[in-house]
Amino acid sequence: MAMSQTLAADGPRGPKPRHRFSKRNIFIYGTLFVVAVYYLLPLYVMVVTSLKGMPEVRLGNIFSPPLEITFEPWVKAWATACTGLNCDGLSRGFWNSVRITVPSVILSIAIASVNGYALANWRFKGSELFFTILIIGAFIPYQVMLYPIVIILREIGLYGSLTGLVIVHSIFGMPILTLLFRNYFASLPEELFKAARVDGAGFWSIYLRIMLPMSVPIFVVAVILQITGIWNDFLFGVVYTRPDTYPMTVQLNNIVNSVQGVKEYNVNMAATLLTGLVPLVVYFISGKLFVRGIAAGAVKG
Amino acid sequence: MASTMSSAAKRPSRLFRNLSAKIASVPMILTALVVFVGGTLWTVLYSFTNSRLLPRLKFVGLDQYERLWATPRWLVSIENLAIYGILSLIFSLVIGFVLAALLDQKIRFEDTFRTIFLYPFALSFVVTGVVWQWLLNPDFGVQAVVRSLGWESFAFDPLYNSSIVIYGVLIAALWQGTGFVMCLMLAGLRGIDEDIWKAARVDGIPAWRTYLFIVLPMMRPVLVTTLVIIAAGIVKVYDLVVAQTSGGPGIASEVPAKYVYDYMFFAQNLGQGFAASTMMLLSVAIIIVPWAYLEFGRRR
Amino acid sequence: MRRTLKAAVLAAGTALGFTGAAYATDLEVTHWWTSGGEAAAVAELAKAFDATGNKWVDGAIAGSGGTARPIMISRITGGDPMGATQFNHGRQAEELVQAGLMRDLTDIATKGKWTEVVRPKGLLDSCTIDGKIYCVPVNIHSWQWLWLSNEAFAKAGVAVPKTWDEYVAAAPALEKAGIVPLAVGGQPWQASGAFDVLLLAVGGTDAFLKVYKDKDGEFAGGAEIAKVFKAADDARKMSKGTNVQDWNQATNMVITGKAGGQIMGDWAQGEFQVAGKVAGKDYTCLPGLGMSNALATGGDAFYFPLLKDAEKAKAQEVLAETLLDPKTQVAFNLKKGSLPVRGDVDLNSANDCMKKGLDILAKGTVIPWTDQLLSQDTQKQKEDLFSEFFAKPDLTVEDAQKRFADIISSAD
Repeated sequence: MAMSQTLAADGPRGPKPRHRFSKRNIFIYGTLFVVAVYYLLPLYVMVVTSLKGMPEVRLGNIFSPPLEITFEPWVKAWATACTGLNCDGLSRGFWNSVRITVPSVILSIAIASVNGYALANWRFKGSELFFTILIIGAFIPYQVMLYPIVIILREIGLYGSLTGLVIVHSIFGMPILTLLFRNYFASLPEELFKAARVDGAGFWSIYLRIMLPMSVPIFVVAVILQITGIWNDFLFGVVYTRPDTYPMTVQLNNIVNSVQGVKEYNVNMAATLLTGLVPLVVYFISGKLFVRGIAAGAVKG
Repeated sequence: MASTMSSAAKRPSRLFRNLSAKIASVPMILTALVVFVGGTLWTVLYSFTNSRLLPRLKFVGLDQYERLWATPRWLVSIENLAIYGILSLIFSLVIGFVLAALLDQKIRFEDTFRTIFLYPFALSFVVTGVVWQWLLNPDFGVQAVVRSLGWESFAFDPLYNSSIVIYGVLIAALWQGTGFVMCLMLAGLRGIDEDIWKAARVDGIPAWRTYLFIVLPMMRPVLVTTLVIIAAGIVKVYDLVVAQTSGGPGIASEVPAKYVYDYMFFAQNLGQGFAASTMMLLSVAIIIVPWAYLEFGRRR
Repeated sequence: MRRTLKAAVLAAGTALGFTGAAYATDLEVTHWWTSGGEAAAVAELAKAFDATGNKWVDGAIAGSGGTARPIMISRITGGDPMGATQFNHGRQAEELVQAGLMRDLTDIATKGKWTEVVRPKGLLDSCTIDGKIYCVPVNIHSWQWLWLSNEAFAKAGVAVPKTWDEYVAAAPALEKAGIVPLAVGGQPWQASGAFDVLLLAVGGTDAFLKVYKDKDGEFAGGAEIAKVFKAADDARKMSKGTNVQDWNQATNMVITGKAGGQIMGDWAQGEFQVAGKVAGKDYTCLPGLGMSNALATGGDAFYFPLLKDAEKAKAQEVLAETLLDPKTQVAFNLKKGSLPVRGDVDLNSANDCMKKGLDILAKGTVIPWTDQLLSQDTQKQKEDLFSEFFAKPDLTVEDAQKRFADIISSAD
């Protein structure tokens, strides 16, 4: 398992294809190239547009590179774009997003990993039932749960607080994450677990000393998924917090949707890129780890 | 007597067996029972009332449901979800698998390609919606560009054409989501033993048949995970539509989740919104429950 | 002084606090005014409130009332209310009041003699539930305006129309000149509002009230309303090719001469103003589409959730008084393009269009608007119908009218 994983991570080894310009290679690279263009096009348009001035945006063709590069839209999106009276752009929301994302990611993963571990190794009567409910829960649209959650949070006195929001993120991240962790832990060799049991180790000590160190790949996946999901969340951020703790996406929505006369597409695009920057960077850095982790977590059922 | 005693003695021990595991599962159990089951029951209960802005228990029987099924917008929403759901399921699985298979051909620049296909997944649906709205805008986007190149009659404005708008949404959704599906598939392919390929080659089985009849069935677990993730995303599709089309033109790209939200909060008619969400839950349940039970309920 | 000191100590004690104006009471105000003209107007309110020594914490949520209202309602019902919030006065906040979540302003109103200064009378009535006053109206908006681009008509070589019928007749000429005759944005409330205006203009005041006040479904399906649907069908044909979503993008098409005109409330005025356009010279406004002499009085109001914090409750009172202050009223409404709710303020600086509105208001031909007459539920159904109607040419006039009649019969 461990071997095949390292192999997987480094991609297929073996001899390089012999005929560099074989029909087959042209087909493969050609297809990949065309698809890559389709995937890159929106990013290209975003970047190019965000570097143009408004007159150029209005006249020009969206695909043409900027005649005159300006960083003004970026500055505006970050620091001066207005919603209502607040003219400090996205900068207001950045730290809020960090303050929401970090604890939410930690708590949701902590809970889900323990769930997955219990479901894989310590099954008790009814545990599979709860898991099934959880999986069905993954299909419930968030909007439906908005109102019951308002009531639950109100009753436990956490409405409007950061803690409340962190709990909400943990709840809605739980189904998919638990599924991934459960599959991962189930794929670990059972002998390890049994040996530890014979040595008298309990639930937590096995989890902390044996399972955790072995599950770095799946933790990476979970962290990536959660950072993206929570960073990008708009609905919970706006409903369960208050303006001084609004995440960045709320400002993004405000900037994109408050039209002052004409739509400032360049500022919108810069704001969009700025908001997406954190998850994008996470992806670019950890793309390889991601596939490796997924390979470990999703393959074995 | 002895037997009752022993069973009485056993009962607490059974309850306390795996006690740590049970304690550790409390958050999951609470989430499952309070939020998912409790919230669902609460929703279903209030769907039989005439609650407006605030929930209240004044029962009106099936009125909300009768009205729901007589509402053109709800019917359009269902139809859109069906089209969007089926196509997005098929396309994301097929495209994801094909891309993964191509990347698995010992090619160069695999990392680069993979990153390119995956990066849109890092962006929120709101961002995706905004970008594709811009690309598909007939006055600025693809249509305008092609026309400016001299093809004056070229028409490609899915977002402003009622009959094809849902495909405009689909294009954006596929752009955002297939990269992730590809990663899952790639991971699945990497888990397949090299020997199987060798054996297939020795037997002279063509590559496509090996994929279709040998490799795919072996990837069942990863396919299940993928299916759960894609399907859950389909049922919940909301942000993308709001950001890209706001349900327009007219009501042509409405989806059920948006109907629920609009009627709960905008129209201030909780009863109607709850009736719609109950219908969504019901249809999900009909499809998912038997399957989930078979898949997760009684294995091992 | 003493309170200042205490507050300062408190603020220092909370350490994490968002300092800045530690001595003032911060009051969070939520609203959905985010377009250029709207933001400029709301800045006037904030300025006036800050001048009282308190601090206006702005909680703008963009994307029109449909996005913002759920958030506001969740906050209030969730037990974490803001200091004050915008709603359209009328029936949007009815149930919140009935649930005892909103603050009774009757005492402040009596002290400030609101019943005497607020005009027209109906305005305060829509803030009143069971004899108690729950909101502060800040402006009067009327929907019944047709905004026309003089430039567009000059380009098409036709005279700027004076009535809806002339406008319809001019449409082919506009189209020929490559101009969209009528801009209707994609947001559903725009189509629905435009229809209501047509109903009032083409059908007349009686018909309007019979449909929306008496909720006479049979009448709504009858021959008289069929005429209105015919006009709506014209509007639908004229609006083809608008391709924008937001109302102010549609207004912008009129400002830049890309569209001939737009049926939109007087808040559109603020956009013309921000763009530096002059009424009468660059654009023309026709109240009641040039056919009806009645003006409906919808508008915005501020509601105050019941708060436990005594300091904040005090600040709420100050804000309520500030909102109706004559100076604030003038400054705010000039920027917003709406009419002030006080009859005793001096509006010399008002432009042509606002003066037309003031005249009608003074004559007293005022009717209530759909916000007051219909529940949000009915409004939403109407929006769904008309946004579909405007976007879908193959939805026939007859079918649409039948569905409209159904909505009216079951309306509340």
